[in-house]
Amino acid sequence: MAEEREVVLMKGNEAIAHAAIRCGCDGYFGYPITPQSEVIETLAELKPWETTGMQVVQAESELASIYMVYGAAGAGKRAMTSSSSPGIALMQEGITYMAGAEVPGVFVNVQRGGPGLGTIQPSQGDYFQATRGGGNGDYKVIVLAPSSVQEMADFVDLAFELAFKYRNPAMILSDGVIGQMMEKVVLPPYKPRRTDEEVIKQCPWASTGKPKNRERVVITSLELKPEIMEQRNIALQEKYAKIQENEVRFEEQQMDDAEYAIVAFGSAARIAEKAVEIAREQGVKVGLFRPITLFPFPEKQIAELSKKVKGILVAEINAGQMVQDVRLAVNGAVPVEQFGRLGGIVPDPEEIVNALQAKLIDN
Amino acid sequence: MAKMKGAIVVDTERCKGCQLCIIACPQKVIALANKVNLHGYPYVEAVNEEACVGCASCGIVCPDGCITVYRKKMEE
Amino acid sequence: MDRNQIVQPENIVCKKPTLMNDNNMHYCPGCSHGVVHKLIAEVIEEMGMEDKAVGVSPVGCAVFAYNYIDIDWQEAAHGRAPALATGIKRCWPDRLVFTYQGDGDLACIGTCETIHALNRGENIVIIFVNNAIYGMTGGQMAPTTLIGQKTSTCPYGRDPQLHGYPLKMADIAAGLEGTCYVTRQSVESVGSINKAKKALRKAFEASMAGKGSSLVEFVSTCNSGWKLSPAKANEWMKENMFPFYPKGDLKDTTI
Repeated sequence: MAEEREVVLMKGNEAIAHAAIRCGCDGYFGYPITPQSEVIETLAELKPWETTGMQVVQAESELASIYMVYGAAGAGKRAMTSSSSPGIALMQEGITYMAGAEVPGVFVNVQRGGPGLGTIQPSQGDYFQATRGGGNGDYKVIVLAPSSVQEMADFVDLAFELAFKYRNPAMILSDGVIGQMMEKVVLPPYKPRRTDEEVIKQCPWASTGKPKNRERVVITSLELKPEIMEQRNIALQEKYAKIQENEVRFEEQQMDDAEYAIVAFGSAARIAEKAVEIAREQGVKVGLFRPITLFPFPEKQIAELSKKVKGILVAEINAGQMVQDVRLAVNGAVPVEQFGRLGGIVPDPEEIVNALQAKLIDN
Repeated sequence: MAKMKGAIVVDTERCKGCQLCIIACPQKVIALANKVNLHGYPYVEAVNEEACVGCASCGIVCPDGCITVYRKKMEE
Repeated sequence: MDRNQIVQPENIVCKKPTLMNDNNMHYCPGCSHGVVHKLIAEVIEEMGMEDKAVGVSPVGCAVFAYNYIDIDWQEAAHGRAPALATGIKRCWPDRLVFTYQGDGDLACIGTCETIHALNRGENIVIIFVNNAIYGMTGGQMAPTTLIGQKTSTCPYGRDPQLHGYPLKMADIAAGLEGTCYVTRQSVESVGSINKAKKALRKAFEASMAGKGSSLVEFVSTCNSGWKLSPAKANEWMKENMFPFYPKGDLKDTTI
């Protein structure tokens, strides 16, 4: 029987909303901010509380949003929020709390230019915030970087799956380009929300109400005894090591015979894809390596490819963030250069080609 | 008329010697003992239990839930 | 009658509530928190909701409330408990969901979350232990500290010119459309404890009946912060706190 596929044209932000409903999300708690307000607007229009029972709450701030997610996810429910860079900065406390308490909340950052209130135009300036942890302490958030509306739709369920698999907060790091652009997307099939019994069974660690046959559950990141706290931190680090080992995702294009590699994520990867095409027409053997997970970062794969190429250009729309991780992975084997634009300016493919020429090929 | 007789059992390791029970008791049953528990707190004890009527004022005001209060109707 | 005849299980008229476990509570001797904890434990048990209750604990002295009452808990960041409670209750509508917060948590850093959760009429109960001081961090001024009251950050007494005025959160809550029950209680005497327990039960029942949000304020003592004995702290509370934070129901639309 042919699978029914719904192919529609929509914005990346809208795809997040549709995908959330379809993947059995229990609650969305968010606050408007440009360029991602369409997420909550679409949900409000679709009224999933009348169909799947999914709750949609416009919270009083991003702070409140992340804590509503914390509460619901700490009680085993699929809960998510979305925001943009300054709002995600506000949420950092909630995110570190989720990491410490091992709460599987999901959140989406549709990045805009910064720092501070910044601009509403796109950027990739939150790579550090996402991967280094904008909150306090030693922790990691699982980070997925979509570069198409399709991936925006697909990554919502994936983010929940990974979040619950590892009891860790997970984020979708998008940007204003992907959030606002319209593309064809095959929406995921409907997956029913889990019943209360299924939630209790799947999440025995969650604060769902204490039955007589188990100890009380306390969702907390607080531990005052250093010996115990050290053990908890070690366990977290072991978890991150497992995630690093098992969950790396990436895409390669035209890398087989490449003499140079462009490493880019998100919307920069789309532009780099075109840059690769232009460069190839000019006779430069260049390929594209696109990390899809930013944590776990595909360090092994980049180390491998650095043995095969003469140089790597990291194209990212910021002042140089992912390039640090690439340099760490490459470990001095070949030159690694960076090209980026700032202030909300989105580069043209030709700029990337020129940078490749000037910084690597001509040097 | 039937009278009530009461008695209290104090969890001395839970008691912190705050003395709110002493103040609440209408019958002057309770006093601070001249001893401390393992946590270093002086605890309370019934020094005049004959007068206890089991009103449970002590147990009700106790912030730590240390006092179990018993009450029985006296047979005439 | 000898003592052994009286001290029999069938004669118990008062004991540590079943839902309070054997962990010794870390609160200072005479602290109001202990009594409020007992009331919560008793009411949940009397309502038969022990397997459906989820509490949200604050940052403050009561951060470890989750170690004492035998239900499921979540530890919130400072001030955010009403947001957590919103997330939990929206996704688990048949659970009894409440927050337990001090004056810094609820009336300072958490003012926004408090007002909005109450105003949205979330079916939760916000329990507010107001002792006009920051206890856990060593006795600093709180938004509810009284004019003239001395704390470590207003050692010469709270001065409106320097520090502004104390905040009456219950009055604000009573003015919000989403609240169904707003009350001020205290737990220093048998009479006030009995009234407080009834108020708490009313609030819990209103939340389960979907009537909206409730704020139950307990005007309380902090003998360590106020540098008074437990008994003298009760006296000071009666003389100074009760006139400014008068007890009683400020709003009741639950009937």
